[in-house]
Amino acid sequence: MARHKGRGMASINYPIGMNLGGDPSQALIHSNPDGKFTVALSAIDLGQGMKQVTRQVAAETLGVPVEDVYVDTADSDTGPHDMGSFASRGTHRMGNAVIAAAREARGVLLEAAAEELEVNAADLVTDGRGNIHVRGAPSRSITVRATAQAAQFKQGKTIAGRGIFLIPLSAVDAETGEMNPNTAFAHACLVADVEVDDETGEVALLGITSSYELGRALNPKMVEQQLVGGAWMGQSHALYETPEPYYPNPEHGPRDFNEYLMPGPGDIAPYSVTILERPAPDGPFGGKGPGEMCANPVLPAVANAVFNAVGVRVDELPITPEKVLRGLRANGGAKPQARRGN
Amino acid sequence: MLEFRKDLFANERDDNLNVVGKGVQRQDMPGHVTGRSPFFDDHAFEGLLHLKVVRSPHHHARIRSIDTSAAERAPGVKRILRAADVPLNKNTLLSLIGFGKDDEPSLAVDKVHYKGEPVVAVIADSEAAALAARNLVRIDYETVPHVFDVEDALKPGAPVVNDTYPNNYFEYHEKFDHQKLRFGDTEKAFRSADIVMEERYQMSPIEHAPTETNGTIAAPEQDNRFVVHSCAQGLFFSLGTSAKILKLDSNRLHFIGGTVGGGFGGKVDSITEPLAILGAMMTGRPVRYVLDREEEMLYGSPRGAERIYVKDGVMRDGRIVARHIRSYFDAGAYTRLSSYAAVKCTAHIPGPYWVPNVSSDVYVAYTNRCPSTAMRGFGITAVDFAIEVQMDKLAHAINMDPMEFRILNAYRDGDMKPHRRVAKNTALIECVQVAAEKAHWPISDNAKRMSSLVGGGEGERSQIPATPIDQRGQIGRPETRNAPSTQTLPAGTSRIALSKQPEMEGSRDARPAAANVPRYEPARPMGQPAVQAPAPLAPMPPPASPPYAAPPHAPPPAPPPGATPQHGAMRFSSVFGTRRR
Amino acid sequence: MAKSPVQFRLNGSDRATFVDPGDNLLVTLRRGLNEFGPKYGCGQGACGVCTVLIDGEPHLSCLTLAVACEGRHVETVSGMADGPNLHPLQNAFMDNFAAQCGFCTPGMLMAARALLERNPNPTREEVIEGIAGNICRCTGYEPIITAILAAAGNRGQRQA
Repeated sequence: MARHKGRGMASINYPIGMNLGGDPSQALIHSNPDGKFTVALSAIDLGQGMKQVTRQVAAETLGVPVEDVYVDTADSDTGPHDMGSFASRGTHRMGNAVIAAAREARGVLLEAAAEELEVNAADLVTDGRGNIHVRGAPSRSITVRATAQAAQFKQGKTIAGRGIFLIPLSAVDAETGEMNPNTAFAHACLVADVEVDDETGEVALLGITSSYELGRALNPKMVEQQLVGGAWMGQSHALYETPEPYYPNPEHGPRDFNEYLMPGPGDIAPYSVTILERPAPDGPFGGKGPGEMCANPVLPAVANAVFNAVGVRVDELPITPEKVLRGLRANGGAKPQARRGN
Repeated sequence: MLEFRKDLFANERDDNLNVVGKGVQRQDMPGHVTGRSPFFDDHAFEGLLHLKVVRSPHHHARIRSIDTSAAERAPGVKRILRAADVPLNKNTLLSLIGFGKDDEPSLAVDKVHYKGEPVVAVIADSEAAALAARNLVRIDYETVPHVFDVEDALKPGAPVVNDTYPNNYFEYHEKFDHQKLRFGDTEKAFRSADIVMEERYQMSPIEHAPTETNGTIAAPEQDNRFVVHSCAQGLFFSLGTSAKILKLDSNRLHFIGGTVGGGFGGKVDSITEPLAILGAMMTGRPVRYVLDREEEMLYGSPRGAERIYVKDGVMRDGRIVARHIRSYFDAGAYTRLSSYAAVKCTAHIPGPYWVPNVSSDVYVAYTNRCPSTAMRGFGITAVDFAIEVQMDKLAHAINMDPMEFRILNAYRDGDMKPHRRVAKNTALIECVQVAAEKAHWPISDNAKRMSSLVGGGEGERSQIPATPIDQRGQIGRPETRNAPSTQTLPAGTSRIALSKQPEMEGSRDARPAAANVPRYEPARPMGQPAVQAPAPLAPMPPPASPPYAAPPHAPPPAPPPGATPQHGAMRFSSVFGTRRR
Repeated sequence: MAKSPVQFRLNGSDRATFVDPGDNLLVTLRRGLNEFGPKYGCGQGACGVCTVLIDGEPHLSCLTLAVACEGRHVETVSGMADGPNLHPLQNAFMDNFAAQCGFCTPGMLMAARALLERNPNPTREEVIEGIAGNICRCTGYEPIITAILAAAGNRGQRQA
């Protein structure tokens, strides 16, 4: 009886946004008279960071500091229509809607500044720190604050913008499956290291190494949040979770957190992630959206690592000790496969 | 823990940005650490009532009678809701985008179709009173045969689970019992492959298990409206669903949400909003309907199970020449979103690889269990598990390193995908290379030299092959499931128009595109092969129009002939030619 | 059923309300006193999102009878900051991005605070033990462990 180490990998891609399109998002942005902006959305923050990612996208597009933008979501009386937070669509669809709205607001902001500076709006740039100046002539400048005050109290301009992003709906061919599905794809490859106890059938996750191509990491700290939490969920799906342990027989299912198994803080493994960025042509600043995909590669990588460790294929999730032991018995014991790297 | 490889694809990226790309603090973090983030249940109402539902104890049963008289007289009970109280007691979620037929009641009418199906709702002064009164509702059932296995459900003579789809499958295109994908001639390619491997995979159902259970507080507001504190993942999705079921104008509902204690797909279904609002309408008081943990776990709709058969033909040199996938989504008793997932799954096949012959048959089957719904990776997670374990087995069978096997078969820019669109913006090879390097997993120099930018779309890789098509699996005719092909579409045949460019209104209407907006503009990758790609989707910057010029408004698309008016703000033409009835 | 009065200190202020004999502290705080810091996650002591301190000790408020808190001091996340100044644990959770949806955070912070008050310099293993009764479905726990170690001034966090 022994513990066997094993390594497995998987590589995946993931479609961003509702398949086939037809899922619009809208955004509204307006400025207070002192140049502080509010973004009104009906998008939902489930924890994935919707409020912050749209805040950064708005600030970048407006050309103002991120502290000068707050996102208000979700109140159906003020936030315009959005399909919702699912299908990895939030960053991509809502990000683009916010860009559209912010660009319109920025257009008015620069027009108002141009009127104050008596120059052409096309010659103006923002410095991202709250100032607008003539390109190549930083001394000819005005603050966003003064511009907004002039727009509101002197010029009678609304520094505001509205935006929508919609990928038109595609049809599907009944006989061939031809369709125009998603327009952006993220990519990943993940290596899982496990240790399998051939006496108990238990699988311990020892470590994960992965690479993710995400278009652009709009906020690397939030990307890290998603990928670390997603890997945990992948580990959980692979080794622990099921409401129907003898599916399709529905009996003997868990009813609560005492019976529904998930890895606890003592079961997690070191995780190393490398981010690649190949911007999506139609993504906000190239961004794609890693929120859903990051659990996916863990499942097969762990299953493949179990095979590498003891020669047992478990093709039905989750990979419980019972299934590993049954496989070991059927194989006449552990059959470790070739080691791969260290 | 997190590092970047900024050298890769650097020429396609402008990293000169101000705040995008920076790991700045989340706007919502101060609220989270102080406990001030307002979740749906964190709202005080005077005179708050509590709603609990009576659920079916049977997997499948006729309702003979319902007696609520004792419950109505119980202490603290204000109102009992029954099926007849629901203004439109049949809905399907995707009716909001015109996909599928209404098949699910809010409260069961004559039959229950799964264990846990809501039949009666009790509204009382306190949760304890509602729970006590719930036990006084007397429902007389007559059990009928049930079916739990997806493949058993599709056999002739199986118990009918869903009366709207009496053959136990979702109907695609008003024509077939499944969604097809046909690209090239997989059957012929299997005959010429060195190795053919067919394997069966089973994805478990999964409970979303958000720490916050599903729930809603609905209250009468001034102006004859209702305020609804909701945990919905789609605010207007839930608002539209509720307005439809309650036959209310959408502007009489004021939904507030946006701060949700985890969802993972389990808060798309709007299972608590309509009844809570109905309770507020009927009682004139605020009504709170929150699932307890056991309800959330047993009846809060899981990620559905999927059974997947993968059949591959592979050559000894490592090339996959054919892949066929047959899979079954377990929808449970009602459709919810499974119909959509099957199409998303179809678009994903054969995974991130270029395979010259690909086909699939994806079924959505109804069984007598709690309806399943979206979950993180919906439509993809399970088939990725199947494909990637299969890839490992294939690599093992031909004695090839699994990383090398992935790189060899990876899709690249310019490759034709089976849904007949050209791949672009691909990066699988680079991901595998980087992961191998970081994990100290040795791969060959040749594999290290491969690139997503090189070699894609060469020769047949950019072509739509000649493709046999068939009429297998016609609705109501299971005997046609093994019928022969009826004709072969010539190479290059495309029957679905290319996507229109995305609409991005706001930036161009009435205003010039603002000067110098920091924005990403895709660079042309060097050395990209000339491929006959569909018109690329426009990057975001639209052409500048003169200041204040009237926007060139495109006329709204004419509704398709015979389109029935759809509920809600969106009126799309039908996705699949199947209209809500 | 006759209601009983109950009085206790809540985050430093005296509060009183009427409860049914079987009412738990969680319901009493949330629906009786409009204190929404502790959350409902399971109602059976399995998830920790309702964790509060009673006289400095961590308790699951869903399993605690309200009447048993008579005369005691109940502390929730809402009382953690000193006026506008956040508690070091709150700052550490922010700095380490240790919350996503934020629903488990109030209970997690109370469990962490109880841990650090009895063990100001815990090891990683002790931190894991200290939060083992608290479920988080978003973060994968790693940033939470890192944040608690950071708040304790312990730099011995795991290198990936």
